[in-house]
Amino acid sequence: MKPRPWRDAVQGLAFLLPSLVILSLFTYYPVLNAAWLSLFRWRIMRGEPSFIGLANYGTLFESADFWQAIGNTIVFTVGSIPPGMALALFVALLLNRPLRGLPLFRAAFFIPTITSLVAVSVVWQWIYHPDVGLANAVLNALGLESVRWLNEPRSAMPALIILGIWRGLGYNVIIYLAGLQDIPAHLYEAARIDGANRWQLLRYITWPLLAPTSFFILIIAVINSFQSFTQVHVMTQGGPVGSTTVIVYYLYQQAFQQFNMGYGSAIAMVLFAIILVLTVIQFRLLGGKVQYQV
Amino acid sequence: MKKHTESLLVYALLVVGAMVMLLPYAWMVSTSLKAQSEVFSYPPQWIPSTPMWQNYVEAWKAAPFPRYFVNSLFVAGLVTLGDLTTGSLAAFAFGRMRFPGRDALFTLYLASLMIPHQMTIIPSFLLLRNLSDIDPALGLDTYFALAAPFMASAFGVFMLRQSFMRIPNELEDAATLDGCGRLGFLTRVVLPLAQPSLAALALFAFQGNWNSYLWPLIVTNSDEMRTVQIGLRYFVGQEGGSQWGLLMAAAVFVSLPMIALYLFVQKTFTQGIANTGFK
Repeated sequence: MKPRPWRDAVQGLAFLLPSLVILSLFTYYPVLNAAWLSLFRWRIMRGEPSFIGLANYGTLFESADFWQAIGNTIVFTVGSIPPGMALALFVALLLNRPLRGLPLFRAAFFIPTITSLVAVSVVWQWIYHPDVGLANAVLNALGLESVRWLNEPRSAMPALIILGIWRGLGYNVIIYLAGLQDIPAHLYEAARIDGANRWQLLRYITWPLLAPTSFFILIIAVINSFQSFTQVHVMTQGGPVGSTTVIVYYLYQQAFQQFNMGYGSAIAMVLFAIILVLTVIQFRLLGGKVQYQV
Repeated sequence: MKKHTESLLVYALLVVGAMVMLLPYAWMVSTSLKAQSEVFSYPPQWIPSTPMWQNYVEAWKAAPFPRYFVNSLFVAGLVTLGDLTTGSLAAFAFGRMRFPGRDALFTLYLASLMIPHQMTIIPSFLLLRNLSDIDPALGLDTYFALAAPFMASAFGVFMLRQSFMRIPNELEDAATLDGCGRLGFLTRVVLPLAQPSLAALALFAFQGNWNSYLWPLIVTNSDEMRTVQIGLRYFVGQEGGSQWGLLMAAAVFVSLPMIALYLFVQKTFTQGIANTGFK
């Protein structure tokens, strides 16, 4: 067939048109528009936007609330991801063998991941009830003091972290299981013939060969963690005294409760920059190394 | 002998782990069946003295849940259908056609994966606010507002493109000889062959949209338009955190559809995630 570039281009664009329109309206345009809006002071209920250059960013970087939101997001991320990943690897290692009832176990670990986060948050709010909650009943049964969980700045973030680990576990287990199943069995056999014990197999074969999987989970988890909002909005509204205000919740407060659209857009740009850096790191590292030739 | 103790230990650990994971669900169901007088007894009783099935009826009637369910089903269905349609078309263009500018556009789609949805909400909200001046049906607090932003996803395009590219060229040549155009080849040959990927994408799209929260929270404003998730959140606010029996009953019926769906199609779910890393 003769190449017909014009006809091909028209046809190609026709196939792309529906998705391109939607992505343009609700993804590409909003990014440019957010950058533009961040240069304005604009209280949406009170009149027109006024151009103020980079002043929103100045206010943002001097705001204690903003730094508290960043700090809270980092605490949430660091508190939930390493323990969550360690637990997920442990469960995946347990599940990675011929097991009776495997689908049942897998379902038990995975169901929290697909359950609506709103429903789950309501249930955990009840579990964390300061007087009659299940969490305190468990602590008391173990001879420990009750905790006021969501009602105290000290314990509210740990409460959200526990919920985060519980909810994210199943997803990480599934990814780890897939990673484990990609490790060729002959490597283990060869090592066993060389006299390697169980710990050595884990340390020198499983762990290094799982590095790309671990890295993938880490980046996805950090990105997701920086986008957390629902559980905060349902359970704590950012409190007590701002102790659970994470960055997206801060954005929501500024843009949709105070109606500061310009200032909110500046927060959105900061969030974008953070996610962008994380994604670029992911592409760089996963695109190139961390993959072991076997 | 050693093998035997080991597998016993593995089972014991897994059973304990599974029980811990499911404990919140047991607690939810247990509370949902308690009378208000029993809810606050401490230490907690797991088995209600008389199961209050009435709680479910009361919770269902206490807020317009039927309407919320219709809204969620309709919006999630629309988004799924849209995502599959726009995704198939774009995946076909990127995976099976050659035209000038294709690779640049593909990079543009790839770049959209780096954009967090949360950063787009302010401009999207303002866009819909302006659209309502043109036609109220395209503005805030409409099905259009709930569904339109999600009717195409770069993720879906990539996922389908992978599976479209695996279809052998011979099939396309044969179809062309038979007088089949590109759209005909897509609908009659490619889509039937790509069914597993389409099913996985449909599942992700539906589940993701059914559970979505921030966007419907921002764009809905009336009971007529609220989705199940937002409805549940309002119900919590309205009950003020005291009617825990009713709240847990509502949590049960809000979470049940996804759990049931998962149990029916466990394999598609877990394999889809393992293959694509999608959440």
